[in-house]
Amino acid sequence: MAESGVTATVGAGRTRGQWLSTVARQRELSLVAIMFVLGGLVSVTAPQFLTLSNLSQVAVLASIVAVAAVGEALVMITRNIDLSVEAMIGLVAYCVAIVLQRHALDAPAAIALGIGIGLVLGMINGAVVTLLKVPSIVATLGTLSIFRGVDYLIAGSHQVPLAGLPPGFTDPARDSILGIPIFVLVTLLVVVIGSVVLRSTRFGRQVYAVGSNPEAAAILGIPSRLVVFAAFSLCGLLAGVAGILWVMEFGTINGTSATGTVLSIVAAVVVGGVSTLGGIGTLAGAALGALFLGFIANALILVGLSQFWLQAIYGVVILVAISADAIILRRIQRATVESRAR
Amino acid sequence: MSAPVAPGNGERRWTHLLARWETLLVVVVVGLVALGASLSPFFLTPGNFSNLIAALMEVAIMALPMTLIIVAGEIDLSVESMAGLSSAILGFLWAAGVPLWIGIPVVLLVGILGGLMNGLLVARGGLPSLVVTLGTLALFRGLALIVLGPRGVSDFPPAFTELGFGHVPGTLIPWPFVIFILLAILLGILLHRTWVGRQVYAIGKNAGTARFSGVRVTRVRVGLFVLSGLVSSLAGVILTSRLSSARADAAQGMTLTVATVVLLGGVNIFGGSGTIPGVVLAVLAVAIMQNALRLASVSVEVQSIALGLLLILSVVIPNFAHQAKSALDRVRRGRPPPADSIAHGEAAVS
Amino acid sequence: MTLPLTAPSVGPEPATVSVPSRVELRGISKRFGATAALTDVSMDLRAGEIHALVGENGAGKSTLVKILAGVYQPDSGTILLDGESTQIHGPAHSRSLGIAVVHQEPRLFPDLTVAENVFIGHAPSGRFSTIDWGGTRRAAKALFDELDVQVDVGAPVRGLSMADQQLIEIAKSLSLEARVLILDEPTASLSAHEVARLFTIVRRLRDRGVAVLFVSHRLVEVFDVSDRATVFRDGRHVVTTATRELTTADLVRHMVGRTVSLFPKVETPIGDVLLEVRDLTRVGVFRDVGFSVCAGEIVGFAGLVGAGRTEVARVLFGIDQPDGGEIRLGGLPVSFASPSEAMHAGIAYLPEDRHQEGLVEDFSIAQNVTLPILRRLFPRFLIRSSVERAVAHEYTEELNVRMTGVDQLVGSLSGGNQQKVVLAKWLASRPRVLILDEPTRGIDIGAKVEVHRIISELAASGLGIILISSDLPEVLAMSDRILVLHEGRITAEIPRDGATQERVMFAATGSVADDDHPTAVTEATSEATGGGLDG
Repeated sequence: MAESGVTATVGAGRTRGQWLSTVARQRELSLVAIMFVLGGLVSVTAPQFLTLSNLSQVAVLASIVAVAAVGEALVMITRNIDLSVEAMIGLVAYCVAIVLQRHALDAPAAIALGIGIGLVLGMINGAVVTLLKVPSIVATLGTLSIFRGVDYLIAGSHQVPLAGLPPGFTDPARDSILGIPIFVLVTLLVVVIGSVVLRSTRFGRQVYAVGSNPEAAAILGIPSRLVVFAAFSLCGLLAGVAGILWVMEFGTINGTSATGTVLSIVAAVVVGGVSTLGGIGTLAGAALGALFLGFIANALILVGLSQFWLQAIYGVVILVAISADAIILRRIQRATVESRAR
Repeated sequence: MSAPVAPGNGERRWTHLLARWETLLVVVVVGLVALGASLSPFFLTPGNFSNLIAALMEVAIMALPMTLIIVAGEIDLSVESMAGLSSAILGFLWAAGVPLWIGIPVVLLVGILGGLMNGLLVARGGLPSLVVTLGTLALFRGLALIVLGPRGVSDFPPAFTELGFGHVPGTLIPWPFVIFILLAILLGILLHRTWVGRQVYAIGKNAGTARFSGVRVTRVRVGLFVLSGLVSSLAGVILTSRLSSARADAAQGMTLTVATVVLLGGVNIFGGSGTIPGVVLAVLAVAIMQNALRLASVSVEVQSIALGLLLILSVVIPNFAHQAKSALDRVRRGRPPPADSIAHGEAAVS
Repeated sequence: MTLPLTAPSVGPEPATVSVPSRVELRGISKRFGATAALTDVSMDLRAGEIHALVGENGAGKSTLVKILAGVYQPDSGTILLDGESTQIHGPAHSRSLGIAVVHQEPRLFPDLTVAENVFIGHAPSGRFSTIDWGGTRRAAKALFDELDVQVDVGAPVRGLSMADQQLIEIAKSLSLEARVLILDEPTASLSAHEVARLFTIVRRLRDRGVAVLFVSHRLVEVFDVSDRATVFRDGRHVVTTATRELTTADLVRHMVGRTVSLFPKVETPIGDVLLEVRDLTRVGVFRDVGFSVCAGEIVGFAGLVGAGRTEVARVLFGIDQPDGGEIRLGGLPVSFASPSEAMHAGIAYLPEDRHQEGLVEDFSIAQNVTLPILRRLFPRFLIRSSVERAVAHEYTEELNVRMTGVDQLVGSLSGGNQQKVVLAKWLASRPRVLILDEPTRGIDIGAKVEVHRIISELAASGLGIILISSDLPEVLAMSDRILVLHEGRITAEIPRDGATQERVMFAATGSVADDDHPTAVTEATSEATGGGLDG
């Protein structure tokens, strides 16, 4: 029974499943909407919340997490996880700081070093997962401990004070270009480049393919191990960038810097719509997730709640986000079965 | 790999025993003792043994239910936070004047509830345990911070600190060690000698078959997480007692050590195999190693590196061993293992 | 490039001269262990032709498809593509040779878009060797336009129906400029409307010169769409002929025609009704299923793969929940929220897939046998291995399991013995109703006979047995009554006396059924079989 002029219409009339799928993809819009609402609510009790200077500061702080979250998102899209990011950030931060303090390198070289160290650390993770075939959760729990240990070892009890850094090094944390804070520009750059790569290159599509259906990827001849290795390496590289931003922002670095940030990074990614089951999510979403969490953290403080609520809220946010993802997925699958049973 | 099953066809018992991971651990422990003795004259003194053990007991205790959880194919990352939460609640209640004989049961109840939360989200909600317990890792720690804030509570009565710090009268055996051994015996019997344990192995090896065989998979999974929550809060109480201080950041970082000890004990991260005796041996091995390194003045940082390496090796080595073993089996049998005549998927369609 | 006429198989050829053979298979054989999946099979596929491949479950159709897809290598024989002898090394190689397979279950990436799935791996490149999305989308749209299908190429695949996903797979094959398109049981999950749509598109492809191999059970469709048909039986080629020269009766005869080997069937007096099912429904899976099972009775469930037999069993065993209908056990209405509840009520289910659902291969025989009854055996928690071994011994002895001892790991047993262990396990749970799902699949003849003997003896001991099987002789020889399912409905209930292979096959392929009048079907078949569902 062909319809007039056309043999068939695929997906004719949005099935419930597709509609929900669209909603899920618009996670980013939802986050922005929630932030608007939240902003409105908070500014009632704390009008300084919605000032440009406050929001700029929120964005700057969130940038560090956002850059690392983009790297983590890359790994999670391939159906893996990297729990060692915080140690990579801390290690790079300390190395960059100490190298600057000892005048061993000038700023641009130190920055290059930081990125390089991050890349190498990421490659170690990638090798352990793809070559030694250790499941990523175990592998990165192990490297978390190793990298942190190396960090403590190098740092000892030493602390690089703000004064130890070359003058002007920490300026990018406060400066803006055309009104946009430099950190935010860096984040935007990372997100844009990353998104272009993911959307438009063969490699980028393979990242999604490997996470979406590993068996089909193998059958189609996609080099899964190489793709995963690359994802971990890039995650390390971006953690390196985050480490450099950390130095610029906080100035004072010791062996324990960045401890505890892994949760905020994973929370940002999960909130941003990246699924731990792989194949779903965008880098922009991860960055927005970081902004969202920074937003909440700032709102908490201004409203008067102690910052001790933050951890608990991160936990709740992670649980709500994965539950929501699971519910949406289940509805999609049920809609598919029902639409078949005509 | 270290499953509680009889040796396969044609293998004699003793060769199988030799090839087991636990045997390797015994060798390692003996080796470490020798190493320790050579590094320092203080090593073999009972006083040292007491110190050696005491520092790791909370981790050891939490490693026991973690073993069952990993054998069943799941994971619980929130153990350290539950221990911290119990410490915080205990301190808070104590500082508010609530007597410990009320405070401790309350804290244990919280442990049960936390475990229930994990269990329901994973078993009934169908969510991956990795992310769920990552979330509760944050949530429980967060609640600890909300309850107790940055302060510490330390004016506990000596009767209480005796629990964590004291010894069995007349000996140098710390009470926590006694608790550990008792718990190890209890959970060891549960896992290796009861039908509950058999079901745990079945779920870890083949959850589909387990379900089709009438095993109440959901119930078992929830039960395991509840057990983990309860024991973690007990560990928190012991830690508070030993350090004579309740803090919201208590037990921070312990999850990593617990996971390391369990995996080192021969438990397969994918589930289905592993033994309690193996984990006990691993606890001994790690305790001795840490102690020996400390006596040799090796820094804590290097120990951290060693721990991470150990974790990774504990997965890599069994992997290789397993691959070598199946390759050897195939060579020995001279032909591939008897497979079904028609692969399932094929017969289903033709 | 035209070739001389290939030697005709049985039957006259369509009146064309020098029709090029795209693919020719000569003397292909393939064994898996003890079973010969294909023996000396020859056939050919021509450009511009839809060639149907027909046969029962186990006839070898799927093996042939997998050989062409490069998944299996034939043990002997030659494959010629466009006249040249070729070896197909693997799936990627097969694709590069222009062979595309559309499977029953599409292998797409749910999180990528339609256009991307069509062009995965070979999307048009733009500047800086990035993917030219505009070009990809346009090309995909063009392909779908050729197929006369309207689609939003930018939508994700997740959420699209199976039928739509198949169309995407077909577009994918077009994008690879496939010259051979193999459709492997494509209509199993499709509605009548979707099937018609699919066939229009396939015909269009044929008219463009693609050689189409259409593997199917459904005889109505074979007559509807194919130009030539080949029948396989027990791994051998039976006949190849122009479709219009065949009748349904011919086809069925070719598919089925072998002597029924007699298995020992013990005549058993039929006792009380143990299980009664009425109007059982699961949306999208099966509808209005009703039947009863009495003590001492073996009720056979026949039908093609996907007819819904296993799904009914899963509901009876508490794995899935029904959306409607009633189950009565011993007269009392029951509902099972889990297998353990069904077990306690006295139902046992031997699953189709003994590796994923029947056995724990790392466990010993004793541990497998006692798994469902652990609680009952050891009320005081502790497992006593002497008790465990004794129970395992009892049941495995009874079933004559060949083993070195009950401590042997189940993974090292042969298929037949593994199946016996699964049987032993369920017998140990002392059921009243035993559901067997393909109990003799993948076991050799000797073990098969033994299992049949055991099933008969079980019935004689008072159990009610449901035997789900795709092996027609088995179903015919063992059952007291045969229920035939087709697309989730019972299309026939045939008593032992009137049962023939043809009659079952007719009902199973839906040839008797009139799709537009389901009620007429029930009435017609109950008249035909002389008894209603309460018989």
